[in-house]
Amino acid sequence: MIIATELIYLLASVLFILGLQFLSSPRSARHGNWIAAVGMILAVAWTVVVLRGSFTLAGIIICVMGVLIGGVVGVVSARTVKMTAMPQMVAIFNGVGGAAAALVGLSGLLKLAGQNPEFQSGIPDVFAVINGCISFAGSIIAFLKLQELMTGTPITYPGHKLVNGLLVLLILALAVVLLVVNGSVAVIISLLALAFILGITFVLPIGGADMPVVISLLNACTGLAVAASGFALDNFALIVAGTLVGASGTLLTRKMSDAMGRSITNVLFGAFGQVQVSADNGSGVGGHTVRSGSAEDVGTLLAYSRSVIIVPGYGLAVAQGQHALRELADLLERRGVEVKYAIHPVAGRMPGHMNVLLAEANVPYEQLKEMDEINDEFKQADVALIVGANDVVNPAARNAPGSDIYGMPILNADQARNVVILKRSMRPGFAGIDNELFYDHRTIMLFGDAKESLAKLVAAVKVS
Amino acid sequence: MNEQTVILFTYFVLAAFIGFEVISNVPTILHTPLMSGSNAIHGIILVGSLLIAANAQTPLQIVLGFLAVLLATMNVVGGFVVTDRMLEMFKTRQPGGEKGKEK
Repeated sequence: MIIATELIYLLASVLFILGLQFLSSPRSARHGNWIAAVGMILAVAWTVVVLRGSFTLAGIIICVMGVLIGGVVGVVSARTVKMTAMPQMVAIFNGVGGAAAALVGLSGLLKLAGQNPEFQSGIPDVFAVINGCISFAGSIIAFLKLQELMTGTPITYPGHKLVNGLLVLLILALAVVLLVVNGSVAVIISLLALAFILGITFVLPIGGADMPVVISLLNACTGLAVAASGFALDNFALIVAGTLVGASGTLLTRKMSDAMGRSITNVLFGAFGQVQVSADNGSGVGGHTVRSGSAEDVGTLLAYSRSVIIVPGYGLAVAQGQHALRELADLLERRGVEVKYAIHPVAGRMPGHMNVLLAEANVPYEQLKEMDEINDEFKQADVALIVGANDVVNPAARNAPGSDIYGMPILNADQARNVVILKRSMRPGFAGIDNELFYDHRTIMLFGDAKESLAKLVAAVKVS
Repeated sequence: MNEQTVILFTYFVLAAFIGFEVISNVPTILHTPLMSGSNAIHGIILVGSLLIAANAQTPLQIVLGFLAVLLATMNVVGGFVVTDRMLEMFKTRQPGGEKGKEK
């Protein structure tokens, strides 16, 4: 039985590894997800088989109820969530995973409570509780920020880094006390509470635009908590799967920061995106006026262009305008206009998010161009049509060393002959920085909800 | 450290290397689904949750076990379904038929 268990966990682990590998290529990604799911079913089903003799009555009831309710809630929420709200959904699923790991660790610690846990045997559970709690609390804050239930701008206070540093030290000190001095329930609960608070205070000062990176990091954090539980429970599957996620999540976090041209430390501790008034930025911008145009003007401009590059951003997604955009693009193509989409790596709220949204509206894959591929083509484009994007086309990233986003790779939309910006208002983007492109003499602003503006443009192109 | 711990630690180190290696070439467009997919994989904590819930006896154990199983199941099921929904959309435009129609 033990050998069979180990072999089945090994098989499940191989399926997880294959699944991850398949997930990193567009062609096989969907299969990869299913392969990993099969591994999961195998591991869980076999665990139930192994446990069959040792279930208490209460155990059977809570396992069945938990799986049924959790399964229904999971399927329903995952099926009904809008594609735009995907990032916060992932945050929630990550958070509950972290909470589960913390609970497993907690129940292990409570068994050892009061008997001065033997130093080594307590370590994994302590680690799981700390990481799980941080991941849970942090994910909730990330969710609230992305769902815009709380402000997306960084919440800082004097000395917030010092407070976080002290919290970390305090948690470490408590962990030591718990393990070698006094394993009382009070100490366990304090540790739990402190880790929870650290999760909150760690994510609060990070701007909404950086939440995807944070979620990825917390994902890795949950993975490590799960691996730690594996040590505590002496379970091969938990160790391998948890560690895989911990390692790949860490690497993915770095790749995501790279895509934004920033270091991980800058993302996590830079309080990026505070609304700021910087002198070198303001002087060039303040004096100019904005040219706002009508849908008819813009429609005519588009209809008689030879090439149009569309730059979609989160505003498009919020307005659910991807279908209207597709309609406009089709209409233009029928008139012989060449249409392409320039996708910034972090367009939307997560890397790759925009591709998913446009794919939903059946935009042909080969029209979606990645940044490096299309940046040189803007010079030849008649119109850069920017729909609900802002920071990813802000020239400040190139020429304002004082700016927060300086150094971030951007789309060269400002090099097109004409720039049309569809935007709700003059409000700064997620990074909280003013955009001088709005004031450029080649720029026409078309204010309003992206979906409505696009519908007006469709009508305008039809009659011109 | 006893022998068993060393063996577990070996698994841990090797798995870490595989984790790094496996996703080293992922294109940007798959960052979101990959994050979501790996998110589902750490739902393996459901196995751990079942282990602690199975022989729950005291009210405290019952509450902890129930919550752990419930939350872990949400993580696993929701994680895989949401990832599949994302990837489903990548899939629909892959077949050659659609491409031809566009131009």
